[in-house]
Amino acid sequence: MSTQEQTLFDASEITVSMGPQHPSTHGVLQVKLKLDGERVIDAECVIGYLHRGVEKLGEAQTYGQFVPTLDRMDYIAAVSNCLGYCEAIEKLLGVTAPPRAQYIRVIMTELNRITSHLLWLGTHAIDLGAVTVFLYCFREREEILKIFENYCGARLTTHMFRIGGTQYEIYEGFQDEVRTFIKDFPKKVDEYETLLTENRIWIGRTRGVGVISAKDAIDYGLTGPSLRGSGVEWDLRKAKPYAVYSDFQFDIPVGEKGDTYDRYMVRLEEMRQSARIVSQAIEKIPDGPLMAKMSKIIKPPIGDIYHSIESPKGELGYYIVSDGSTQAYRARVRPPSFVNLQALKKMVAGHMVADVVAIIGTLDIVLGEIDR
Amino acid sequence: MADEEKKPEGPNAEAPKPEAPKPAAPAGEPKAAAPKPPPPPPGAKPAPPPKPKGPQQEPWSSPLVDALKEKFGGEFIKSYSFLTQNQIEVKKDRIAEIMTFLRDNTISPFDYLVDETAVHWPKTEEFEIVYILYSHAKNEHVRVKTRIKEWEPIESVVSIWTTADWLEREVYDMFGVQYANHPNLKRILLPEDWVGYPLRKDYNIRLQDVEWVRKHLGIDSGQKYYVGEARAEDAGYITPSD
Repeated sequence: MSTQEQTLFDASEITVSMGPQHPSTHGVLQVKLKLDGERVIDAECVIGYLHRGVEKLGEAQTYGQFVPTLDRMDYIAAVSNCLGYCEAIEKLLGVTAPPRAQYIRVIMTELNRITSHLLWLGTHAIDLGAVTVFLYCFREREEILKIFENYCGARLTTHMFRIGGTQYEIYEGFQDEVRTFIKDFPKKVDEYETLLTENRIWIGRTRGVGVISAKDAIDYGLTGPSLRGSGVEWDLRKAKPYAVYSDFQFDIPVGEKGDTYDRYMVRLEEMRQSARIVSQAIEKIPDGPLMAKMSKIIKPPIGDIYHSIESPKGELGYYIVSDGSTQAYRARVRPPSFVNLQALKKMVAGHMVADVVAIIGTLDIVLGEIDR
Repeated sequence: MADEEKKPEGPNAEAPKPEAPKPAAPAGEPKAAAPKPPPPPPGAKPAPPPKPKGPQQEPWSSPLVDALKEKFGGEFIKSYSFLTQNQIEVKKDRIAEIMTFLRDNTISPFDYLVDETAVHWPKTEEFEIVYILYSHAKNEHVRVKTRIKEWEPIESVVSIWTTADWLEREVYDMFGVQYANHPNLKRILLPEDWVGYPLRKDYNIRLQDVEWVRKHLGIDSGQKYYVGEARAEDAGYITPSD
């Protein structure tokens, strides 16, 4: 695994290759670490192991066919991927999804945000040695995935929305199931907190680890909880409201120090806020159609559009260039994990090898989205 | 844009249709009816109603654009708004200076580079480099576009926004755009020995497949491929041996 760069007698600097088959890199990510003893001097990420040419596929498939492909990018939060793309094309077409569809979209996206954060919390805690949390997190995650499965038949790659609305009507008992889940959920978050928040080992492993200042975070293009952990109160749901987020009351949690612990607190609070949004939305789902009136063949006008949403990982953007045909001329995805991972180099410098695991975890990356 | 000479297609059935003259009555009908537009010569098909126009570029200006014009008069091409999204087109020569100005100005400091990407326009042998900028202070997006010829290098903006590092490497990886003064310009998603640049429009994946099978397996794959207009030699692709 490790190679000595210099001679045996002057081996102060060694290179350790972490991954690509390493359990704590959350996928096939390779990090080449330059070490001075236990201390990290430099880190270089090697990515691309999961590259599937999603953007090229977007040019070869029609607008509608491309949607399921996008579910395979960030498979932890497939609903967000779908929402961002559908809204981008709708914007280009000049179509607005009907209110009922918009509400269903918000409910599903926020439930998906909770599953994404739960998976992050479980695996992040395992990386740092707290195995119990994982079991608790997956207990709640399972509840949401069951709702997804009942709604659309799939648990992960859901393909929930269509361009112009949603395809499926909510099933009987959907609202009750969601209500029951949301009612109990904040208590469950408190439960996770009892395991970690004041745990001395947890604090020792996360406080002051991977600190990034607000200025650096913006310079590195960090978005999502990784940016908010540094104290920048910026959330696309508030800054540039899309879907029907402007109808709901919710707060943007922010951290102070920009370390791993702050980002942990931000994500926990975000789960509570997501539950709050869902509890408001579930009570006032309006009646009406699910799909906007539009032609069956999707042919956007010539031009380009950039639309971004707040995915659980950060700003997920789509830049679509249309030449007036049924296929996109260029379908660019701005993946949040890809940009966030770039800051790893900055964040690990000077830390111990064991902290690298904590910092990869706190960035909440999904390799399927980084490599596309 | 290069391909925009085409007439915009109707975006969808929802768009308001302009008042179109009704198709004239067939020639056989009595002509005693109310005054109508002059009837077409008998036998001619009724003229199809004009297609509804899609969204158009609308002129857009702001204090920032004025300041930019004043400072970089010759470099500025135009600014417009498309579907309420503001865009600025500039020439590529002083792109780094323009970007520095956009980041450091006091009117609307664009401190966050959201995305940098490229679009290939093979007809004019050009790449359009697209920068999407965001200002946290003003909560405002702007898209800056510039065009380079396929073989021309463009100044890197890594020294202005660190986040451009990987974004530019990806553009290089996928399009082969050469960035000048980039600290570490090498492939990022594809392996180092990959041939060609996949997101170029003339990238011919089938041809590569056939070549690979022929070279490594010594047989003909039988897969169909075309050479067509692809300027394969220029891009350094594998060319068919026969």
